[in-house]
Amino acid sequence: MALTAVAEETFNADSAWDLHESVSVRPERFGALLYDFRTRRLTFVKDPVLQKVIDALSTSASAREALALVKVPQEDHERYLSALTRLAETSMLTPRSQGEIT
Amino acid sequence: MSTTTAATGRDLLAEFERGLDAPICLTWELTYACNLACVHCLSSSGKRDPRELDTAEAKAVIDELERLQVFYVNIGGGEPTVRSDFWELVDYAVAHKVGVKFSTNGIRLDKTAAARIAATSYVDVQISLDGATAEVNDAVRGEGSFKTALQALDNLAEAGATDFKISVVVTRHNVTQLDAFKKLADDRGAQLRLTRLRPSGRGADTWDELHLLPGQQRVLYDWLVDHSGEVLTGDSFFHLSAYGEALPGLNLCGAGRVVCLIDPIGDVYACPFAIHDEFLAGNLREAGGFTSIWRESALFSSLREPQTGGACASCNFYGSCRGGCMAAKFFTGLPLDGPDPECVKGYGEEALAALGEIDRPRPGADHSRSIPLMVLKPKNAPVPACAEDPLAGFDPNEVVVASSSR
Repeated sequence: MALTAVAEETFNADSAWDLHESVSVRPERFGALLYDFRTRRLTFVKDPVLQKVIDALSTSASAREALALVKVPQEDHERYLSALTRLAETSMLTPRSQGEIT
Repeated sequence: MSTTTAATGRDLLAEFERGLDAPICLTWELTYACNLACVHCLSSSGKRDPRELDTAEAKAVIDELERLQVFYVNIGGGEPTVRSDFWELVDYAVAHKVGVKFSTNGIRLDKTAAARIAATSYVDVQISLDGATAEVNDAVRGEGSFKTALQALDNLAEAGATDFKISVVVTRHNVTQLDAFKKLADDRGAQLRLTRLRPSGRGADTWDELHLLPGQQRVLYDWLVDHSGEVLTGDSFFHLSAYGEALPGLNLCGAGRVVCLIDPIGDVYACPFAIHDEFLAGNLREAGGFTSIWRESALFSSLREPQTGGACASCNFYGSCRGGCMAAKFFTGLPLDGPDPECVKGYGEEALAALGEIDRPRPGADHSRSIPLMVLKPKNAPVPACAEDPLAGFDPNEVVVASSSR
């Protein structure tokens, strides 16, 4: 799926991201369930690798670094970044100041 | 959009049908006590059961739900706010990362309570209303209940609460008021939630008078299609999907798979509409608690086995309606693998006609107060949220982010 201009503004793959504190994550055999207490939305992460990427965000200086940490093949990067974009668009991911590791 | 090539929406549905290690959400009736006596009350509420879980036991349940990472509980009853420890339990749940949605008739929803709800996103409320006018509502829910509910709604609006719900059980008498309900909600910044009447609890006695007539089902379906995305349904009308276009939602019975019911005395049932020994999985006061019931009970295991569709398997629309609602079938005397009593293709009516006069299964314990039900029509207790609610709005074709607003 092509990223829209808005989405590109929403999500910068070269900056640092965290899961928002109001989002609760539950690992599942198919990936994970995310629940956002602010919006009361349930989100299905249907991919264990994506779940690992999300986990890696908090210790990575950028989204791309998280992909590398989890060893996502280069050809799959676009797909995973587009998934992260979706999460950022619904503000389940939130930007973190560069370099700050939580 | 797809994040993985292997996984599709159908795969995810299959995962849900196999059951999860913990419910996504569950309904928890805190008490059978209720100030009202709605004629279609799914839990036959009225009198408090003396065996009710006490505060310490209820907190222990919350601790367990926190360990299981159950995202939220749909608290109902009875009228949950009449418990003196209601807010204590709500605060405890929120502090333990278990979100709370509760259903109320509004009796205790004063300005203070409204301000409290407005202040946190971890607490969500729905006010039960079964008529857009006092006349229609009070016939089912009791004299004065419309006024009480409207006052509660106004309190919430004034307190600046957002996203609170007006929860309506659609009946033969209020299906003509759908636009009026929508306006009632819109005028107050509330969201409308429509759910299906079930022949459960006292609803077993009033089903024949209240459930939608075939023509009305079509009216409801068309209205839901026209207002797709504007109204919540708890995913409860998936049997109507056989009219054509599938309604938003997962279109899956989540009973014992991704949701369940904890009743006031700790009995765990497959779903809030199935309070009957047939669907009782165990009591959480027993060793192993809720977790072992959820993961190991014979009942829940059987509900997670592949369903064959039975008599419905050969119907072209089985893929849409999945045979409908288990509780609706059971309490009308139909076999669980047969058509829903309100099957839009008419197979339910045929099956019921073939049954003839039978003794339908009686709901479990009756907590009704020993007053005659106002034969205006019925009165109702707060209708718990959920059942399949957590999954409402989920589009199985979406891969990564599938929203499911309450």
